[in-house]
Amino acid sequence: MTPLQGCLLVSALLFAIGLAGAVTRRNAILALVGIELMLNAANLNFIAFWRYGPHPEALTGMMVVIFSIAIAAAEAAVGLALIIAIYRHYRTANLDEMKNLKG
Amino acid sequence: MSPAFLIIAIVTLLAAAAAMSLRNLVHCALSLVVALAGLAALYLQLDAQFVGFAQILVYVGAVAILIVFAVLLTRSDATPNQAILAPGWIAGILVSAVVFATLGWAALNSPGLPGEMPPTPEATVKNIGDLLMTRYVLPLEVIGLLLTAALIGAVIIAMKEEPLSDASRSRGNEAHSSKKLEPPHVGSYEAENGGHA
Repeated sequence: MTPLQGCLLVSALLFAIGLAGAVTRRNAILALVGIELMLNAANLNFIAFWRYGPHPEALTGMMVVIFSIAIAAAEAAVGLALIIAIYRHYRTANLDEMKNLKG
Repeated sequence: MSPAFLIIAIVTLLAAAAAMSLRNLVHCALSLVVALAGLAALYLQLDAQFVGFAQILVYVGAVAILIVFAVLLTRSDATPNQAILAPGWIAGILVSAVVFATLGWAALNSPGLPGEMPPTPEATVKNIGDLLMTRYVLPLEVIGLLLTAALIGAVIIAMKEEPLSDASRSRGNEAHSSKKLEPPHVGSYEAENGGHA
């Protein structure tokens, strides 16, 4: 197994853990944490391919990761604000108790 | 693979698994911090210093704190008594296992993956800044706009909305009528002031 394959395996496992958490946990905050873990797994892939790829001096993978971190930060802020607004309405943060869209 | 990579990877994966499986949400958030810091260490291993420190700054510093605040604001910091997994969690675990099997198979069996590490590229902050200001200047501006819009939107969504009851409506009327009454007030105040001067 080459080092690149090691990185890819770690990132695949991280993605699977994040997916399992996002799908199975009842709490909305943990679903968001799972999504963050999946985004980070994708970032690890970008960095690994940038480092082992043929033209690392172009810094392309690194640029994608920088922009992806910024987007993930915006996503976390909006998602947590939505969760807080929903909690104020329903008095719960459990996903299976939020059943109707209409207040 | 170096032993350092193995140790960091194992710590990261264990912390991620703990973040997704512990009962108490505060413990979950703290293990998430460990997992994100481990990822930053992996980035440093791969010679991506700027990204590693940006990861620590943004994720460990900001996103983790945001998550802890959300946990406390939704009062889910106590250990829950009821089930922590949604009904139908077996299907979710199965789906993620299939996803991992597919991704792992693809990573292990792809032909033509580069095996050797090329010489360390020059990824200094100066190079990154040059690229951000020349080739990637449009994405940079768009990201700035996106962050501004997202943060303003987050504040507006999380803001406490005023209940639109009769009391508030009558209060609004009062404010309106007092505004109507204001000019004579101001005038008398000014006159008073003028008299003093």
